[in-house]
Amino acid sequence: MTIVEIGLPKRLVELTLDGESVRVPEGATILDACTAKGKSIPTLCYGDTLKPANACRVCMVEVEGARTLVPSCSRKVEPGMVVHTESERTKHSRKLVLELLGSASDLSTTPHVDEWMSACGADPSRFGPPAPPSDDRDDRRAGEHDEPDGQTAATVRQPIKVDNPLYVRDLGKCILCYKCVDACGDQWQNTFAISVAGRGFDSRISTEFSTPLPESACVYCGNCIEVCPTGALSFKREHDKREDGTWDEEAQTQTTTICTFCGVGCNLTLHVQDNEIVKVTSPHESTVTHGNLCIKGRFGWQHVQNR
Amino acid sequence: MDLKLLDVEPSEAERVVVDLFTGMGRDQLLPALHAVNDRVGWISQGALNHICRVLHVPPAEAYGVASFYSLFSLSERPAKVVHVCVDLACQVNGAKSLCDRLTGELGPAGAKSGWLRSPCLGVCEKAPVALAFEAGEVAAEQLLAPTTAEEVLAVAAAGPSHVDGGRAEVPQAGSPGLRLLERVGVVDPESLDDYRATGGYAALRTALLLGPSGVIREVTDAKLMGRGGAAFPTGRKWDATARQPVRPHYLVCNADESEPGTFKDRLLMEGDPYAVIESMTIAGFAAGCSRGYLYLRGEYPQALHLLRNAIARARERNYLGENIMGHEGFSFDIEIRRGAGAYICGEETAIFNSIEGFRGEPRSKPPFPVESGLFGKPTVVNNVETLVNVPVILTEGCEAYTRIGTSGSAGPKLFCLSGNVSRPGVYEVPFGTTLGELLDLAGGVPPGRELRAVLLGGAAGGFVRPDELDLPLTMEDARAANTTLGSGVVLVLDDTADLGSFLLRIAAFFRDESCGQCVPCRIGTVRQEEAMHRLVGKRPLSTSAEDLQLLREVGQVMRDSSICGLGQTAWNAIESALDRLGCIESFGQEEARS
Repeated sequence: MTIVEIGLPKRLVELTLDGESVRVPEGATILDACTAKGKSIPTLCYGDTLKPANACRVCMVEVEGARTLVPSCSRKVEPGMVVHTESERTKHSRKLVLELLGSASDLSTTPHVDEWMSACGADPSRFGPPAPPSDDRDDRRAGEHDEPDGQTAATVRQPIKVDNPLYVRDLGKCILCYKCVDACGDQWQNTFAISVAGRGFDSRISTEFSTPLPESACVYCGNCIEVCPTGALSFKREHDKREDGTWDEEAQTQTTTICTFCGVGCNLTLHVQDNEIVKVTSPHESTVTHGNLCIKGRFGWQHVQNR
Repeated sequence: MDLKLLDVEPSEAERVVVDLFTGMGRDQLLPALHAVNDRVGWISQGALNHICRVLHVPPAEAYGVASFYSLFSLSERPAKVVHVCVDLACQVNGAKSLCDRLTGELGPAGAKSGWLRSPCLGVCEKAPVALAFEAGEVAAEQLLAPTTAEEVLAVAAAGPSHVDGGRAEVPQAGSPGLRLLERVGVVDPESLDDYRATGGYAALRTALLLGPSGVIREVTDAKLMGRGGAAFPTGRKWDATARQPVRPHYLVCNADESEPGTFKDRLLMEGDPYAVIESMTIAGFAAGCSRGYLYLRGEYPQALHLLRNAIARARERNYLGENIMGHEGFSFDIEIRRGAGAYICGEETAIFNSIEGFRGEPRSKPPFPVESGLFGKPTVVNNVETLVNVPVILTEGCEAYTRIGTSGSAGPKLFCLSGNVSRPGVYEVPFGTTLGELLDLAGGVPPGRELRAVLLGGAAGGFVRPDELDLPLTMEDARAANTTLGSGVVLVLDDTADLGSFLLRIAAFFRDESCGQCVPCRIGTVRQEEAMHRLVGKRPLSTSAEDLQLLREVGQVMRDSSICGLGQTAWNAIESALDRLGCIESFGQEEARS
């Protein structure tokens, strides 16, 4: 949900969306207009608390007169714009983008992606069987790669990184949406522990010299995990419970409360399963936190259940 | 922001070169990385740490930037390394057998063996070429062009002997009627006096008399279009920037010439560097810019040397600096920025990120550079060749200029002829010259051979057939014929060329040079290369027809949904090989028959 600041009244802009006339406030994006009309556009790199990264290209729509498709999550509406969300070009692009993503990354924990794929008939396996996982992705150099033979499809599959007690980085699931980097960097946390390193298909989310997180600038706020759309970044506890088969989202309740550690008043959402806190998130619409927390609010809850 | 640095210190040599950046900011990150690379040949953890401390950049971000560029190594590498070009024109001229020899003698390409495969080095007229580099107190670079395995082996062992001092040469040197190439290979590129004696700085004087809006009017009326590939009207770009109330405005001269087969800008910079500097000054005057950046690709050592000299001499004589040529209130200066091995940095917004010290990833447009460009300010980005047309317009007048070429494409145009052609080089012809006439000018294919195809516009361009040589080389005719002039590449292939390997190289190039930001290009270029290997190697997943279909679908999504021109054009050449030459289909049919 986008937080709408109640400021000066805005002019309404009229545009045509899939043949229907729509009026939305000036400054809204095409995605906002679609949402207002009840149209669901898939998004992955779009974050309700972040600036558009324009990277995943899942949300592309057709604007008449534009040479290429445009990202609906960032393109602002203009008067008289004629937008198509279900044209042949749009459908082809959505299908191919999902296929390309699915052929390169493990999307098994990406919410909604199965529905989107079946809705557009995407089949990531048609690029060939996935290549085996590789352990050299952190060392790949820009501008060179091993010549492929085309018999397997290159992937980002790689060993899981577990180098600390709080986070797990399963970068074989990473789609390089930039959200974790933006949350860690100048958009929220200002810690800058991670960045995109390398180039092209060998780009990866990395600390400097892929040093382990405990030696990096990471402060374990968990805000990168909060925004990760694929489960590439996860809390260790959730990861372990998923591994041993005891993670059961159906059985979890969510209770929003206020953090007791300091006077800021951050909102915490406690995810409770079998009378135990298993995860803490923060409501994105909270005007205090916008979904962000610090290490104390995010991880400092074990005492609650020491009985 | 509190920086958390690694617990590693730089060596004394690294510390000395990095300390020179004390007091500077993030936009000096790329120069600082170059300084360390020039001194020791690679970027160690201690050196990167110290750069971060001095420039106040988070280490993860600096690592992200350093690892973006292919000329930098973040693991230990010897001081001496030879970059051997394996790109299109060199491939046609024996780069493969050269590399096979090097592999045999030195081992596979890599830091340990002392030689690396390089994308196009921009010296296609002398293919095959290599660039030797040796780090040290004074880093040395030597261009080997044309080269042999023996020479590369000798230089790999002994190191480069000197910065290459060879004169820029063009086949038409001294011919009457040349405008852009008039001085190239004729005047001393180091001498400001020579430049002035041959008409240099007359155009700036005219510009100062006309005033900024007068210059923009001339350039607009001359119908000057960008020569970097996109053909955007230059006058409109300048005007839109000049009108922005926000200050400062910036000028960026895009000299990151990296399109395989393109070397015209190098010839201009090496043969007539003052013209580039004068043209930038005029553009800066017209668009209200106080500062210009000349973003030069990292693989052009001779151009770097000559441009540095030209800027220094121009400053001495008040052609740069405060109150230029006595014109009260007009101040303008130029900073050279060296690229570091990234084709994408020639994209007009990626170039901003690169200069600012970020990864050279394109930005989403809108906003356009004229509104929000370098450092978020209104910015004009022009290609080198575009800029050097400006003095011609101001000297001859816009009316005379529009009489050159055709009504839709005015002016002279440079074309880069390479591949299987008798006299490769940069040629200046008026727009409207036919492709056949241009090939004749360059002596056609070598005797006894037959023309098979011409790659027009570079790796992002397209092929044309031998029966299409009557194509007039204009923007409008190229568009009508569903092809492009791009950056002026005319890469000739005769019947000895191995088209399959040529296409594989194009696919590998885009896979290597994709910045990785958006999905269609990052993964699409990989799938395109894989499918091409199946087609050329005749090892389809199920049938070649399916692989062809896959290729088309991937090509379409790259064209429709990539952020920038790289992804949008990454399928052009292969598509044209398919549809215009019919060659990939023939790979498929051969497979089906066998």
